[in-house]
Amino acid sequence: MKILVCISNVPDTTTKIVIGADDKNINTAGIQWIINPWDELALTRALELKDAGKISEVVVANVGTAITEATLRKSLATGADRAIRVNTEPADAWTVASNLSEVVKNEPFDIILCGIESSDHNGSSVGGLLAGMLDLNFISSVSGLDIENEKLTVQREIDGEKEILETQGPVLLVIQKGIAIVPRIPSMRGIMQARTKPLQIVEATSSESMTETVQVTLPPEKGKCKMIDAENAGEVIRLLREEAKVL
Amino acid sequence: MNILIYTETREGSFKKQGFELISYAKALSGMTGGEVISLAIGEIFDEELKKAADYGASRIIALEADQLPDNRNLSKLLIQWIKQANAQVILFADNNTGKAIAPFVAAGLKAGIATGITGLPEKTDPFIVTRKIYSGKALAKIQVKSHYKILLLAANTFGIKNDPVVPVIERHNIEAEYFESPNKIISTEKQTGKILLGEAEIVVSAGRGMKSPDNWGSIEELAQILGAATACSRPVSDEGWRPHGEHVGQTGKVINPNIYFAFGISGAIQHVAGISGSKVIVAVNKDHEAPIFNVADYGIVGDVNQVLPKMIEAARKIKTE
Ligand SMILES: Cc1cc2nc3c(=O)[nH]c(=O)nc-3n(C[C@H](O)[C@H](O)[C@H](O)COP(=O)(O)OP(=O)(O)OC[C@H]3O[C@@H](n4cnc5c(N)ncnc54)[C@H](O)[C@@H]3O)c2cc1C
Ligand SMILES: Nc1ncnc2c1ncn2[C@@H]1O[C@H](COP(=O)(O)O)[C@@H](O)[C@H]1O
Repeated sequence: MKILVCISNVPDTTTKIVIGADDKNINTAGIQWIINPWDELALTRALELKDAGKISEVVVANVGTAITEATLRKSLATGADRAIRVNTEPADAWTVASNLSEVVKNEPFDIILCGIESSDHNGSSVGGLLAGMLDLNFISSVSGLDIENEKLTVQREIDGEKEILETQGPVLLVIQKGIAIVPRIPSMRGIMQARTKPLQIVEATSSESMTETVQVTLPPEKGKCKMIDAENAGEVIRLLREEAKVL
Repeated sequence: MNILIYTETREGSFKKQGFELISYAKALSGMTGGEVISLAIGEIFDEELKKAADYGASRIIALEADQLPDNRNLSKLLIQWIKQANAQVILFADNNTGKAIAPFVAAGLKAGIATGITGLPEKTDPFIVTRKIYSGKALAKIQVKSHYKILLLAANTFGIKNDPVVPVIERHNIEAEYFESPNKIISTEKQTGKILLGEAEIVVSAGRGMKSPDNWGSIEELAQILGAATACSRPVSDEGWRPHGEHVGQTGKVINPNIYFAFGISGAIQHVAGISGSKVIVAVNKDHEAPIFNVADYGIVGDVNQVLPKMIEAARKIKTE
């Protein structure tokens, strides 16, 4: 079984956001780029399944410019077998999904993993769009995946409810936390091997987008925190009712 | 522009956010014109169905089923009804279901999609809405360029507004083909009666400062008195002290309650990412330099074990007044 993990390249989650000169993007100077946290967990699970002999090949794909290659190399160093980069600066989730759908049409996968969202644009769209464009069976909010004799066991979790499903490929799974707990990191040997693993660059087939960012701003500053003495902690309940009027 | 709202149901009733979505759609129809249509799929009582009209739904559709179709079929069913209803704006809750279904629907309609929106569009021609990006660290104004426009509204951000109309109510059956699926459900563990974290107006949350899962009794007690949901920081759910569903933050749930209580939570940037939409944040931490105080509205420097009983007592008092 072959698995595709869709990788989004995002600023480190502790990045302080500064608006760029064009007011439409953030200023990327000095930003540390990482694998989107959910994609990292998805990749970790894919590699665990490969180690267990249940997956034959783990491929990672990204739609992005050359800036994302460090992230793809890191995925290879972590253990992915090869990487595909569709060379374009995506305008929105539609552009990403339509280019990924071409990758999948050229080379079918039994399982496609997407994260529940990118931590930069918080779109939560690419997985479902891709499934829709390919008319593929898809399962959302996936927090567990196992494979036994070509059969997939998938765990979903929504609002404290748990569901176990059985299915078979081809299927697209939208991954949330729980799929793996500790993300796998590259080993020294992995880093050496990654240098010779294939990173294929394909040209974009579509640049169509459905949305366009008009302006990016910072949220209004928070007011000052009102401190209450610990001895008098019950007072906060009164303030919530009488001052903040939210209770 | 007709507006169609996908209103989820739970145990025969609308989920709470459905009414907020209808209120939003009603206000939006003031800008766009057109009909406000609600669509529910699943089990729903007659009495409950009528309630959609209290907030402005003039056409109320229920597609009856004991069990929901799988994601793909549910999306296809929606696409069919969106076209049938001649809707151009489609509204979902910005929750697990909305995020699952809306993009597949968008693919079918060739629609632009805006998730995590918190208010009405700035204008509707061109159609421009504001949404949070970088987990609330920035805001983006985006133009939805396509004919069909799909919006996902974050919970508790618009409010529920009474605006009754006289509705047309319809019930329909779902064709059997929509229940065919390659997925076989092996088991489900349902939670009934509990306040859902994503919808809760008050959330009582705690972090590693609680020291042990055995100390959660007072967190649950305070939540119970206030009618609140409980939540936690990531390490707490990673350790298995609390269920994963309670984890809020960048990699957990993003919530927008009216009040968020943070007990023994340091306020790491990834945690704040999940709670920055809260109207009021109350923080209790023994370290006066904890970053949580930078985002809190009310702060108490102190030990959770000493502060919690005092808050519980005050909450009980105010609730019995
Ligand atoms: C990619 C990534 C994603 C992440 N996503 C998330 C996420 O979604 N959600 C999340 O929560 N975290 C997330 N984290 C982890 C985050 O960085 C923090 O490590 C985490 O939020 C800390 O949890 P905490 O505040 O409970 O624990 P700690 O940081 O250990 O803080 C405990 C706090 O309790 C206080 N305290 C201790 N004892 C007492 C007492 N007796 N009374 C009062 N106060 C006390 C301490 O002063 C301290 O401030 C993520 C990290 C990464 C790298
Ligand atoms: N540029 C991209 N290239 C490849 N995969 C992506 C890209 N952007 C998003 N994805 C995938 O889609 C998921 C959801 O992203 P989003 O819809 O942007 O929030 C991510 O977790 C990735 O798995």
